[in-house]
Amino acid sequence: MSNNGYLFAAYAATWIIHIVYLGTIVSRYSRLKREIEDLKKPGVRS
Amino acid sequence: MKTVFPILGVLTAILLSYALYEALVAAPTEQTMGDVQRIFYYHVPSAWTAFILFFVNFGASVFYLTKRRPAADIVALVSAEVGVVFCTVVLVTGPIWARPVWGIWWAPGDIRLTSTLVLWLIYVSYLVLRRFSSSGQTPTLAAALAVLGALCVPFVYFSIWFFRTQHPQPVMGGGGSIDPRMLHVLLINWLAFSCFAFLVCWSRYRLERLQREVDQAHALESLLEPRRSAR
Repeated sequence: MSNNGYLFAAYAATWIIHIVYLGTIVSRYSRLKREIEDLKKPGVRS
Repeated sequence: MKTVFPILGVLTAILLSYALYEALVAAPTEQTMGDVQRIFYYHVPSAWTAFILFFVNFGASVFYLTKRRPAADIVALVSAEVGVVFCTVVLVTGPIWARPVWGIWWAPGDIRLTSTLVLWLIYVSYLVLRRFSSSGQTPTLAAALAVLGALCVPFVYFSIWFFRTQHPQPVMGGGGSIDPRMLHVLLINWLAFSCFAFLVCWSRYRLERLQREVDQAHALESLLEPRRSAR
């Protein structure tokens, strides 16, 4: 790999790590939203 | 509050884009290493941000141990989680930088590399404890672990002062020196990553608080259900 290849790999890896983590936060938010909607339904247990 | 977060998000995105431009285009090329040295503008700010988050975790844990405030426990959890993400970036970008410069991905036994890995493992253990222990004592045990983990942070930072290592000297507060233009780009990237970390912590804090409220609602519902069924 060329020097620029290593540079690209490091920057790409940084953003992949951050984007994957942000993805987990978004998916947890969606799951929680569904739970809240279930709780709001009368007589329905999640 | 609902309008502040998107505004800060847009400002942080602009700052991160500007910091990326500065790192890849505006910063001078280092004479010995060439362009690969630009990894420095992501590697070092990520390490500093991780250290700050671990100190926030330490402060929040001590506060939780003394005052037992749930908000402090949430701050401790969130800062450790985001700190681990930044520390992961350090552990990934470091070897990618080391390979073309040192000729190896990892220097076994090197004090800075090993202590950073140990620090990462301590905080991963902290998160595993938080995730899989359902005991009421979990926040207290985690806070105690966080206090011990925080002791490792200064050791990691100052290890290169006291031990022979392949890792370069620190650019600030140590024996190393840096071109002022490079320092300027480094500080811009640190500011950008710190703002990004703050926003991630903020959204993660809101999520955790909401999660605890939902868990309480589920617990309350479970308590009330037998009474409803009995009617």
